[in-house]
Amino acid sequence: MFSRIPVSALLGMFVTSLFLFAAVFAPWIAPYPLTEIVGGVWEPASSQFWLGTDNLGRDLLSRMIYGARTTIFIASMATLLSFTLGSVLGLTAAVIGGWFDQLLSRFVDLLMSIPTLIFALVVLSVLPANLITLILVMGILDSTRVYRLARSVAVDINVMDFVETAKLRGEGRMWIVFREILPNALSPLVAELGLRFIFQVLFLSALSFLGLGIQPPEADWGGMVKENKDGIIFGIPAALIPAAAISILAIAVNLIADWVLNRTTDLKGGRSGH
Amino acid sequence: MPYLLILVAQRLALGALLLLAVSALIFIGTEILPGDVAQSILGQSATPEALANLRRDLGLEDPPHKRYFSWLWGLLHGDLGTALTNGVDIASSISKRLYNTMFLASVAAVIAVPLALLLGMIAVRFRNRWPDKLISGTTLGFISLPEFFIGYLLIYFVAVKLGWFPSVATVYDSMNFSERLAAVALPAATLTLVVLAHMMRMTRAAILNVMQSAYIETAELKGLSSFKVIFRHAFPNAIAPIINVVMLNLAYLVVGVVVVEVIFVFPGMGQYLVDHVAKRDVPVVQACGLIFAGFYIVLNMLADIIAIISNPRLRHPK
Amino acid sequence: MTDANDTLLQVDGLCIGATVYPPDAKPHEIAIVDDVSFSLSTGRVLGLIGESGAGKSTIGLAALAYGRGGVRITGGSAVINGRDVLAIGRKDLRDVRGSDVCYVAQSAAAAFNPAHKLIDQVVEAALAKGDQSKASLHERAIELFRTLGLPEPDLIGNRYPHQVSGGQLQRIMTAMALCSKPDLIIFDEPTTALDVTTQIDVLAAIKHAIHETGVAAIYITHDLAVVAQVSDEIMVLRHGKTIEHGNTRQIIEQPADPYTRALVNVRTIDHPEAPADGEPLLAVSSVTASYAGSSEQVLRNVSVELRPGQTLAVVGESGSGKSTLARVITGLLQPSDGQIRFNNRLLPPALAGRTKNDLRELQMIHQMADVAMNPRHTVRTIVGRPLEFYFGLKGAAKKQRIAELLDEIELGPEFADRYPAELSGGQKQRVCIARALAAQPRLIICDEVTSALDPLIADGILKLLLELQRIEQVAFLFITHDLATVKAIADSIAVMYQGEVVRYGTKTQVLTPPYDDYTDLLLASVPRMEIGWLDKAIAGRRMGSAGN
Repeated sequence: MFSRIPVSALLGMFVTSLFLFAAVFAPWIAPYPLTEIVGGVWEPASSQFWLGTDNLGRDLLSRMIYGARTTIFIASMATLLSFTLGSVLGLTAAVIGGWFDQLLSRFVDLLMSIPTLIFALVVLSVLPANLITLILVMGILDSTRVYRLARSVAVDINVMDFVETAKLRGEGRMWIVFREILPNALSPLVAELGLRFIFQVLFLSALSFLGLGIQPPEADWGGMVKENKDGIIFGIPAALIPAAAISILAIAVNLIADWVLNRTTDLKGGRSGH
Repeated sequence: MPYLLILVAQRLALGALLLLAVSALIFIGTEILPGDVAQSILGQSATPEALANLRRDLGLEDPPHKRYFSWLWGLLHGDLGTALTNGVDIASSISKRLYNTMFLASVAAVIAVPLALLLGMIAVRFRNRWPDKLISGTTLGFISLPEFFIGYLLIYFVAVKLGWFPSVATVYDSMNFSERLAAVALPAATLTLVVLAHMMRMTRAAILNVMQSAYIETAELKGLSSFKVIFRHAFPNAIAPIINVVMLNLAYLVVGVVVVEVIFVFPGMGQYLVDHVAKRDVPVVQACGLIFAGFYIVLNMLADIIAIISNPRLRHPK
Repeated sequence: MTDANDTLLQVDGLCIGATVYPPDAKPHEIAIVDDVSFSLSTGRVLGLIGESGAGKSTIGLAALAYGRGGVRITGGSAVINGRDVLAIGRKDLRDVRGSDVCYVAQSAAAAFNPAHKLIDQVVEAALAKGDQSKASLHERAIELFRTLGLPEPDLIGNRYPHQVSGGQLQRIMTAMALCSKPDLIIFDEPTTALDVTTQIDVLAAIKHAIHETGVAAIYITHDLAVVAQVSDEIMVLRHGKTIEHGNTRQIIEQPADPYTRALVNVRTIDHPEAPADGEPLLAVSSVTASYAGSSEQVLRNVSVELRPGQTLAVVGESGSGKSTLARVITGLLQPSDGQIRFNNRLLPPALAGRTKNDLRELQMIHQMADVAMNPRHTVRTIVGRPLEFYFGLKGAAKKQRIAELLDEIELGPEFADRYPAELSGGQKQRVCIARALAAQPRLIICDEVTSALDPLIADGILKLLLELQRIEQVAFLFITHDLATVKAIADSIAVMYQGEVVRYGTKTQVLTPPYDDYTDLLLASVPRMEIGWLDKAIAGRRMGSAGN
């Protein structure tokens, strides 16, 4: 089956799994501990420090590996939250309809009328700065987009004759949601999953870069850009490394999502996965 | 025509209502969420007396709805309140920064919009051939790049290595237009690159959608020249979706500006907002948040109104 | 055909192909049109006829050297006025399109640009040629509007496409084609999307305009009875190949090829009507209904009855309320007034209020089998679910019953593991029938079940339904716009017009004069497989077009 996957998607999968590996096994593969000062400030890359050292003299490679762990973990958690919340509410709103749908949809419209980053900044100005807050804020704000997608896909499917047939047969709501609608809504939702994850990675990085995400000495990639940004004007590119890592991860996931998206549009009314 | 006017009026009213609701949401977001503002400002070690004093000063003892309406009343009269951290009137701190931000965003928009439309049209013209694949592939990469990666790459190579532009975008009152332009060159370039990819991809999709309509086939089967097919038949129908794309991306630019200002230490609204979020200066955050959200809502509303006006079905009702 | 000197179009060895991208195989080339040759003389009309996928539209567009959506012309020549349009360059091709050859599309509503006034679009091609002034072209357009019988010919051109009806747009598109005085017009199913009472007007207008202007035409349609009215000669196509080509009278009256014979003899099923006595199974009395949020009554005071094991055909055009009646009976829409009795009991108006047994006994088959089956379920799940849901069948018993049902609809047991996408249109509709039968219902509502199918396939479905009715003694409420279908299967008929039943009775009663005005118009509008029907029908009409 691999022969039918385009090279770009395979490349995306390879890079993504590399990052995932680093994230999962960080303590075992990182050459130095996360916070230990092991060398001079902003030492260049060498055989001892493969990527050089950071603004305090800590090993950049080790911090990058631990950073992968933090970034991917928080982004995954936030994606999971936004996805569960958004798709469950979206599907339910589409199937139940009526006032429930109206109320929820208007509230989502309201939330979406404020740019996500701005709203996050407003809320983070009063909330305690910790991991749970961050995941909750990121997940809830982004669930609005998943809600819209899930609802619109489900509304389209809900008016199709095969759903009407099931209703006329007397099927319960569970059968209609899980056996009739969900299998057909799955492909667009899975493709969206990738895009939401990218958004969460970029969003978390932006927050940390602004100093409102992960607090030091913990490291995530956005925070590492912030720590090392002052070196740039002296020609020290340390800040570019975590920034590049964010970009590479985002591109890799985008390549996979692009493939999944194309595959689902090719299969209009058809089937997949057999 | 009155039907059209009614629709536009409805949309305007909806926009006003949305702004009101957003102001309430921002207020609720900062006032009613768990977490005590006074505690946040003074920290865990604050004495009870100090907390009580601060609460009184902030008017925190009034019921929330009363505080909301007095805040809103002030807003409507141009009174944005005073900053907690230094007691300075927010409106006067903001005005110069607002101008700087608008200047930066406008420069980016003036470059990005025509460029995105041009690239989008080229991609459509050479659809599925190498120029399209090149443009589409590059933009797919670019939408994955965080603003600070583009920004620091530009600083590292263009400002530090080549020394063409300053790495810090400082602007003074005494600067003339061209000096200002040179100062914002790099942040504007960063912003342009950030919105360009999105805008171009959406433009391409919007034009392609129109080009696949049956009436384009009719025009081609009439033996019209490609020029006439595009300008007489595709263009009038593509205006609305394209303007929609432009507006949506300008709204996106409003957000992108926050991060870009921090990268280039640019004295604008975004920098001001971020600083005061870190200091937990709630009145400033509320005011700035509302201004950013207001821009976003107005741009989206304009996109809707233009779409309504340019729809022939609504302009010439049955 | 005729003298070679006045040959306008000469097509030789035309081959057209396309690349298909099946989900489970490598992309490959398929032939859409395979070695087709014909010639057409000045002022003659050639009918191209065939079922969907026969390649008839593709051939029509090839005369303009145009391939729609990835279709490529791979061989042959098409010589018009001495020029091979398949060999000339882009610039010469532009001279041919819109002046020598013009095109009338199936859906004029989509083919007109929504941003421009109609008259500007009508004169555009002629104006672009540059040898006539705008004013004189406007005059010509108005003259053509008059020829085509459009209302307010002086003013209608100033409207925008969405401001006129579908039937009018189709006529304006014909005027657009005629405006630049072409030698040849390609009509691509110009009346297929219209109601019959509108179709007859458009057809008559097109025929009149062809006659007046002396233009040659290729008339593409799937309806042999329609093409018999307008064409001088007919070419029958199947799977991209020519089956038979001859003059219209020969094709209609003495078809040589068995496939042509089948097309000519389609819709000649005869079903003797059953007596209308005994207790009704379904009694709809004085039902009035409107959709939520609208005060307009879609159904007004509708009363009909249906006896066990019989068929009631509800016939009407778009907007007649016939599908709404089905929604009310199934409980999807609650009537604002009136009641429905089923099995001598009052049926609760809302779906939620009905018992599982009510639901089981009243099944429905939809028009579009494509969307009536979950694309992610196999035929086994689709047919097996009602067995499980209503009768609790499981395992071997369920498998056995599924095989029986598939056998009843003339499909083998191997179909059980297929997905809907792997079935043809007719097979899909058969599976939907099996799903309805699985519930062992007493009444099946059939909502336009054959109208999306090609005539021969539709005939097969109708025969199957009649056979199943004989075996299972199930009653059908058959909703359709097609009177030929009605004649084929009904025991009693209700004619609906604008939400009301205007005529109701046994088949013989309804189809025997004297008629009311609408039924008269409807019956007179159905194309008959006889030459000269159109002229007679137009001459003998009492009521103007019902829709437009």
